[in-house]
This record gives sequence, C-alpha cells and structure tokens, in this order.
Amino acid sequence: MVMLAAYSEGAAHLTDGGLLAQWAWLIPVVPLVLMFGIVFFGKRLPMKGWELAEAAMLFVAVYGVALLVMNASDGISYEGSVEIARIGSFTLEWGWVVDGLSIMMYAVVGVVGLAVFTYAKGYMKGDVRYTWFFAAFTMFAGAMLVLVSAPNLIQLVVGWELVGLASYLLIAHYWEDHANVVAGNKAFLVNKIADVGLFIGVIIIGVTVGSFRFSDILEAIADGDSALQQVAFWGGLALFIGAMGKSAQFPFHVWLPDAMAGPTPVSSLMHAATMVTAGVYLVGRMFPLFQTDGFAVDVKAIMMVVGALTLFLTGLIALVQDDIKKVLAYSTLSQLGYMVTAMGAGAYTAGLFHLFTHAFFKGLLFLCAGSVIHAVHSNNMSDMGGLRKAMPWTYRTFLIGSLALAGIFPLAGFWSKDEILASISYDSGHGGGTIATVVLGVAIAGAFITAFYMARAVYLTFFGEYKGHAHPHESPKVMTYPLIGLGVLSAVAGFANIPGIFTGFTQWLAARPQVMGDHHAESIDFVLAGIGLAVALLGIAAGTRLWKRDAATQQARDTFRIPVLYPVLANKYYLDDLYAKAVVDPIKGPIARFTNWTNTYVIDGVVNAFGAVSVFLSRIVYQGVDQRGIDLAFNAAASATGEAGDAVRYTTSGRIQQYAGGLFVGAVLLVVGFLIFT
Amino acid sequence: MTDFPILSALIVLPVLGALALLLIPPRRSEIVLPVAVGLSLITLGAAVWLLVDFESGVAGFQFVEQTSWYEPWGVGWHLGVDGISLLLVVLTAFLFPIALAASFGVKHRVREYAVAMLLLEAGIIGVFLALDLLVFFVFWEAMLVPMYFIIGIWGGERRVHAAVKFFLFTALGSAVMFAGILFLGFLGGDGVPTFDFVRLLDSDLSRTAQFWLFGAFGLSFAIKVPIFPFHTWLPDAHVEAPTAGSVILAGVLLKLGAYGLIRFNLSLFPEASVDLMPVLAVLAVIGIIYGAIVAIVQSDIKRLVAYSSVSHLGFVVLGVFALTTQGLQGGVLQMVNHGLTTGALFLLVGMIYERRHTREISQFGGLAARMPIYAGIFLFISFASIGLPGLNGFVGEFFILIGSFLSLPVYAMLAATGVVLAAVYLLWAYQRMFTGPITVAENRELRDLRIGEVLILAPILALVLFLGIYPKPALDRIEPSVDSILERIENATDYEMPQWGTTGDLP
Repeated sequence: MVMLAAYSEGAAHLTDGGLLAQWAWLIPVVPLVLMFGIVFFGKRLPMKGWELAEAAMLFVAVYGVALLVMNASDGISYEGSVEIARIGSFTLEWGWVVDGLSIMMYAVVGVVGLAVFTYAKGYMKGDVRYTWFFAAFTMFAGAMLVLVSAPNLIQLVVGWELVGLASYLLIAHYWEDHANVVAGNKAFLVNKIADVGLFIGVIIIGVTVGSFRFSDILEAIADGDSALQQVAFWGGLALFIGAMGKSAQFPFHVWLPDAMAGPTPVSSLMHAATMVTAGVYLVGRMFPLFQTDGFAVDVKAIMMVVGALTLFLTGLIALVQDDIKKVLAYSTLSQLGYMVTAMGAGAYTAGLFHLFTHAFFKGLLFLCAGSVIHAVHSNNMSDMGGLRKAMPWTYRTFLIGSLALAGIFPLAGFWSKDEILASISYDSGHGGGTIATVVLGVAIAGAFITAFYMARAVYLTFFGEYKGHAHPHESPKVMTYPLIGLGVLSAVAGFANIPGIFTGFTQWLAARPQVMGDHHAESIDFVLAGIGLAVALLGIAAGTRLWKRDAATQQARDTFRIPVLYPVLANKYYLDDLYAKAVVDPIKGPIARFTNWTNTYVIDGVVNAFGAVSVFLSRIVYQGVDQRGIDLAFNAAASATGEAGDAVRYTTSGRIQQYAGGLFVGAVLLVVGFLIFT
Repeated sequence: MTDFPILSALIVLPVLGALALLLIPPRRSEIVLPVAVGLSLITLGAAVWLLVDFESGVAGFQFVEQTSWYEPWGVGWHLGVDGISLLLVVLTAFLFPIALAASFGVKHRVREYAVAMLLLEAGIIGVFLALDLLVFFVFWEAMLVPMYFIIGIWGGERRVHAAVKFFLFTALGSAVMFAGILFLGFLGGDGVPTFDFVRLLDSDLSRTAQFWLFGAFGLSFAIKVPIFPFHTWLPDAHVEAPTAGSVILAGVLLKLGAYGLIRFNLSLFPEASVDLMPVLAVLAVIGIIYGAIVAIVQSDIKRLVAYSSVSHLGFVVLGVFALTTQGLQGGVLQMVNHGLTTGALFLLVGMIYERRHTREISQFGGLAARMPIYAGIFLFISFASIGLPGLNGFVGEFFILIGSFLSLPVYAMLAATGVVLAAVYLLWAYQRMFTGPITVAENRELRDLRIGEVLILAPILALVLFLGIYPKPALDRIEPSVDSILERIENATDYEMPQWGTTGDLP
C-alpha cells in the first residue's frame, strides 16, 4: 500500500518530480539490497563483491545527479511513504523525501561515494576481509541514504543508528588489534550517549505535535502551534545534542580522531559525505524550528558557541599532529564547527553549502593521504617528506584540496567559508548580538589556523627530503583517477553559489514546501571576503616560513613547540583523560563494583537472612502441624520424575519440603486472617 | 474457527508427549531427545494453527473453552487467548523445540530431562491460557516443579543452592498470591464464590482491598519478572541452569511475571494500578540502570546476560505501568523480543561453554579469528539486544519510551540512558571475547559452529530480523486487547490516558 502525497502548496514553482521522484525510494534500497548480495555472493564474484558495491554507488551517483539537474531547472518537492505499523493514532512509516535538501545529499553521497569506492578497490587490495569490507562500506552509504531520505523522525533515527553500526564495524575493521576495537567502541558509545538527546528530542517533538512527520512538524511550526512553542527549546536542544554526537561537536568530538583507526577510504567517506554530515543535515531538515520566532531560536546561540569552540579548539590541535590522517581529522572537526556556527547564525544555505564543498575537498584530502600512506607504509609525516616528485598526481590534488580547504580564491572552500563569515556578520547586526560578533572574530582566526596547519601538512609531506624507508611510488590509476575527479570538483564546486552573480545552490536548497527564512546576501561582501582571503594567505605564509626549510630531522622542522601550549594541544586539552578518569573508569570500576557489592551483600544478604529467619520461624510455629500429608504430596511429585527426585531430596535433606509446606500453611493462615479481619 | 478445543490441546499435547517418552526403553536413551523435539514440534504446529486462526482486531478472548468443575466454589476449566497471551504462547511453543534441540549435551538421565521439559512446557502454556484463577494457580505451581528439577539435577556446580533459592523465592511469592486468590475468589463475586477471571472483572472491590490484593499478586509477579529488588535469584538460577533451562527461564518464564501484572493486576485492580504506577515506574527505572551497571562488571558471560535481563525487563515493566497504548503495546512486544534475543544469547553462551568448559570472559579473546560465524551471530544478537533499528529490540524499546514519555516523562528520559549502558556491557564483552589476539592456548583449537548449531539459531535470527523490519502483524494482534485493558482502567478510575499532541508541561 503506497501512499503518495505531493506537496506544492508552500511554493508555487515546485513540482512533484514525476517518475524520477516516485522511484527515488530506490536510492537507499539499492545499496542495502546489494549489500546483502555482497554478503551472500560476494566471495564468488570475480572481483570479490567490489563490483556490486561500485554498482550501488554508481546508481546513487547517477540518480542523485539526475535529480540535482532536474531540481536545478524545476524545484522538486515530493514525499512518499508506506505504512509499517500502527499503534493507536500513531503510524510508523517508511518513506522517502525528494526535495532540495535531500537531493543535494543524494548527489554528494553518490558522487563522493563513487570516487571513494573506486579508489578503495586499489587501496584495499589484498585485505584479509576484502569482501566483508565492501559489504559494510555499502551498508554505511546505504544507512546514510536511509537517514537522508527519511520523511519522519523515526526513520531518521533508524538511519542514524545504522550509520553508527556501520561506522563501528568499519572503524574496528582490523579487530585483531585491540586499539582499533577500542576506537570502534568509543565512536559507537559517544554517539550513543548523544543519541539519548536525539531520542528525547524526537519524542518530545513527536509527542507534542502528535506526529513524527517532518511535514506535520514544520507545518505546526508555520502555524505557530502553542503546545510546541512551550517545549520547543528543550526539544530543539535535545535534537541538537544528538546532532553534536554525529557531527562531532565539542565536547562530543573525541570519537572522531580515534575513528582514524579504520581504513583510509572509510575515513574519507565518513568525513566527507556520510556520518559527520548527519548532524548538520538534521539541523537543516528541522531548520524552521530553530529559525522561527517563538520556537527554539535560543538554541541557535548555543549552536553558534558550540560551533565556534569546536572550530577553534580542534583547529589548534591539528597543528601538533604528526599523523597525517589526524591532521585531517582535526581539520574536519574544525570545518564541522564552521557549519554548525553557520546554522547557529541562521544561515541555512551557508552552512549546507559548506557541507557541500567540504565533502569534495575533504574526501579528496583523505584519499590523497591514503595514497601517501599506501606508498610509505606509515601514517606519520615524520616518515614522509619530499614526496612531490615520486607522487606527482597525489601532490597536485592534495595541493588543490589544501588550498580549497584553506579558503583560497577561487577554489571551493573560499566561497563557502566566505558565505559563512558574511552570515555571521549579518547575524551580529540582526539578533545575534555580541555573541555573533565574538564568533565572527573566532571564525576569522580559525581561517588563519586552517591555512597554517594545511601549509604544515603540505610541506612536511611533499617538500624537503624523504625520511622514511620504503620506496614511495605513485598509486595505481584506480586510485589516482578518483583523486583527479574530486580535485576538479574541489576547484569548481564553489561556483555553485556566488552571491549576486549565480545563486543556483541557494535555489536548489530552497526547493522545500516550507520557507527556511534565512538571509541571502545580495552581493559579495568584498571587505569580509578580502579579510578572509588575507588571513588565509597569512596562514600559508607563516606556514611556509616555519616549515619549508629543509632540515635534517623532523624534530627541527616542526619548530612549533611552544611550552605549555604544545603539551596541552598534544594531549588534546586532556579531554580524553578527563573522560576516562572522571566518567568511564568510575562507571566501569568503583560504581559498577560498588553496585555489584551492594547486590551481593546487601540485597542478597537480606534475602538470605530472610530465608534463615523464615526457616527458623516455620520450625517453631508449625512444629505442631502434621507435615506428613504435605510430605506425601511432595514425594509423589518427586517419584513422578523417577529417581531424580531422590537425588535432589538427598542433597537437600528434604528441607525444601519443609519450606514449602510451611509456606503453604502460612498462606492458609493468611487467608483466614484476611477473612476474619476484613 | 472450528470447535476443536485447540487451547486444551496445546496444554495436553506436551503432557501426552511426556507420557510417550516414558514408553521409550531406557537402553534406547539416544532417541529420547530427537523424539522430544519432534513432539514439541507438534505443539508448535498447534500454536501456529492458533496464530493463523486468531482473528486480529478483536479485543476479547478467543477460542474460549469453559466447563464447570466444582460449582459451589465457582471453579471451572476456563481457557482463552487474547492479543496479550497469543504471542507469548507462540513464543513458548517456538522456544521449546529449540531448547530441546540444544540439549544434546545432556547425557545424564536424558529421559527424565525431556519429560521435565515437556511438563514445563505444558505448565507454562497453561499459565498463559488459564482464565480461572485456581486453574491458573495450579499451572503456576506445577511449572515450578520441573524447573526446579531442571536446575537442581542438570545444572552446574552450585545447582542445588540455585534451585533452592529459585524455589524459595517463587514459593514465597506463590504463598502470598494463593492467599490473594482465595480472598478474591470468595469475596470478589456477588455473594457467590467465583474464580472465573471474566466474572471477577466486574467485581466491585474497595480501594483498600484492591491495594492489598495488588500487593499479594504483585509480589509473586515482581519476583518472577524480576523487578528490583527481587532479582537476586535470577543470576544464580541462570548460571547454574543447563543451557536449555536458561533459554526457557529467560525466554518465557520471566514473561509470566510481566504477563501476570498485565492480566491480573491491571485488569482486576485498576485503582491500585493507577495509584501505584509511580512506584513501579521507579522500580523499573532502577532495574534498568542497576541491572545494566551490574552487568558491566560481571566476569562470567552468562551472569552478564542474566543481569541484562534485569535491565530489559525493567523496560517492559516501565512500558506496562506507563498505562498508555504505546507503552503497554511496546511492553508486550518487548517481552517477545527479549525472549528471542536473550534466548539466543544463552544458546550462544552454551555453545562456547560446551567447547571450553568455562564462561569466564577473561578466558577468551580473539575468538572471531577461529569462530567467525559464531562471532558474527553473537554480534548480530548483541545489536538486537542493544536495540538497533532493523532488528527486533528497537521497535519495542522505542514504543516503551514514547509511551512512558506521555505519562511519565522524567522516567522515560532516565530509562533512555539504559540504552547507552546496554551498548556498553555488550560491546565491551564482545570486544574482550572476540577481538584482539588469541591469548589463551586452548582457544587456538576451537571449532566454529557446526551446521546443526547454526540451524538451531537460524529460526531465532530470522524472527529477530522479521520483527525488526515488519512488526505490524504482531502489533495488530496486541493492540485491541491492550486498548480494552486501558479502557477498563479509564472507566473504573479517574485516570485519563494522555493523548498525543497535548503534553505541555516539561521540565
């Protein structure tokens, strides 16, 4: 039974997308079905299941881009669903949303996924669990698509949790090493803690509105539902806490750097298109809740502060990492901070635009890092250096990715970061107040740090002399082609939205039945863009000054060793230690042991004492009662099961009969008591 | 629907089976278990027939059989099945063949063992179907005996201690409940004694009487569930019970408590139920968190699973005493879910115990390398138990959270943290048992699951997946009965079930 509903009342220019939208349920379903194909038949296929995984991503990429193109000419807004269960007035539905926001995500997951999956064929060659890897990897993408296509909060939670499961399996892919499993558990559990927030938020909002459908909830917001207004702050905050987990916002960010334990393609997809984008996506999906007056507008200030803290603090940590993947991981955290800050500033388009561009260059940077690691057999930049000659394509694409990330004109990151800065600046004059002004300063400082650590990564990896012991070589074509593809996208993706000149992306994203109510700048803010660019160039210059010189040892090249600050950064602000010592260890250790002790000695002790006392009492009170009859009944029961009864009776010396007999006589006395006294 | 007394047949079939087993000559003891599995499959067939013939969308009892037994006391053979008991009966009939098939490790007194198992099955099904309080009580007690022997004879080293503890705990509850039943039977009817559940529904009990009777019934059920702080018999019983005993204990026996709470306490004592709702919710939430925390430190994997049951059953009780459609329905569904996942976990623990003769988590490590199929199934079931969407645990748990949020928002939020703790103890156990390098030499020689063992688990895995993806058929059957109970409560008291879209007062 398929229920079809097309929404076009909100904006007259929206279409229902026709057949392409009606069949869009295939987008999450095809990867999930092919995943089962890989699990059951993968090992027997000529390419060990990779071909099915690749086919899934190709399908999603083509479908996503087709929708994107169609959406660009005519805005699409469509929703379909199938009923799964009904409880009272509450229905559980599986459905799919095809609108500007979800189409953008389909395209990003598909395109980046296609690049990463292609690359992974080369990277994972010879892996012990090659087929299994692609099954889990396909599930990872499929789960993300379930999340993105969700027309209701319940399905979103389903996708959300499945993404968590897939990430757990992939991070702990090399489970022979305990550290990797610990990292997988950490990712899953930190996310699970934040998920409590998500669950509570979903329930608060769903129960208050009386529906879990986004369309119903957003409609209630548009109508100014007063019941929802009362709970909107707590509901919105709880949802945002959920988002902070998946999108790794401070202080939930600790799982993400450890998640580097997974194979590099996993890191690439996780940081670019799936998983970490989920939180930002959720905020985007529920955006009117945070943007409409009278609802959760106050949560935006929290978002802005959390985002600013994340972008600044984690950016600094990236400066002291030796592991190239960790540098990129912390830079992802920092960039996610930008996205969340933008959402907090009420900039729906700017935040999601940065998600869009970031997906390409961060996916690219991770793949480049993987290519380098593949060549030198080490994650550490102290084992690298001078690789630009041996690995020309990796070098070129890494450079493009780095410059895009640093926000250098005219690459992708420049446009999206500039738009975020402009939005915060606008917000500081329109309700954001002092917080927004301070955050703007932090965001600009963050741009400097970004350029600074990326310059460091480029110089330490590709310049100077090679420090390692392997024989670096360029990766095979199956790996370099995806790099080039993503490199091109990293260069041009920013042109999708240039204020005042071409506002395509803004319109794509606006293809939703509801009005998002965010501000769009009429033209480029040249002053702010200039400042952003200048700061980035300054960061590169400073990085060049510090790290370009050749030096004999890595130690000397990495001269950024300021006392106090360096150890604080190297220890990640001691947050992991704090969590371990203040939360995890007490729960696993003293608290659990104490509870267990109470359980054994107090509760069970009471039970045992009670047992002893009752035996004692029953002996005294019922001595006169003839227990033969009762004994007889029990003996009968025992002999019915043969000699078995004797065995037990022997070991318990018949005490059980005494207990039971006593209890039954007691029961009879109780009844008599009841009857007399009532 | 036919006139065939299918419900009586469900009770009588296992008893006949037990008698048939006694005919097998002692020297042919090797055929006892196959025959027992076959006999329990017949019962399963009857249960499936019941499931198919059951009319969904009907609130009342179906397939009712009623004959008078002893008129002056109003005792009768009265059986019936509704949406609440239906799935539990089917679950019972489903788990017994599996438990018996997993018992091939039993070498000692096999015939007696199989007889005890089949009698246990008859007793459990009788409890679920009985609509006469005395008949119910007879089954309730009758079922104790074979379970006591199963733990006490075929159990582990401290089996006698565990069996006696089990017996005493439940007998204590039974004694008080028996008093309650007699009191209710003689005073609940209109002047004439009656033990008929349906007739007792109309009894007009004073508030005080309801309160005491709620306690008398509730204690027995609370011990069985078990609700904190009556749970300490459970881990001992589980650890010492043979694998099949644990499967039945966790899979079905614990549900009898929750079933009793719904069937008798909610229906017969509505006022007391409404009054005591916060008390039980507090105990439920304590149980959820407490059970999970204690599970974290267990070094014995079987004890860990046992404590996880305390936590999961806490969810069920919270859902039941949320007194909302969603909560109650989620609670009933979660009983079935817990029966499947925990049953499977105990089977898995039994399989590794057979190989290594230890259940200490520290004795394992890196097992996934030697036993990939076993590890995969273990992880699958663990995630089902954690409540991963797409597997059965999620739907029930989420409905319980929604349902309890409607009436008890703060408790619902506290309970939500139990979801995290469940992930902690299971994934941590998985990590220690299955990943990393193999450190203990004996583990190097381990064999992965045999095809027979996989086949034993396969039906459970299939149901876990089915109920996770498409719970509608189950929920459709539960809903009308649950609604009628809540309707009764609303009519009998001034309790009003909170509705959607009206919650306005949050912290």
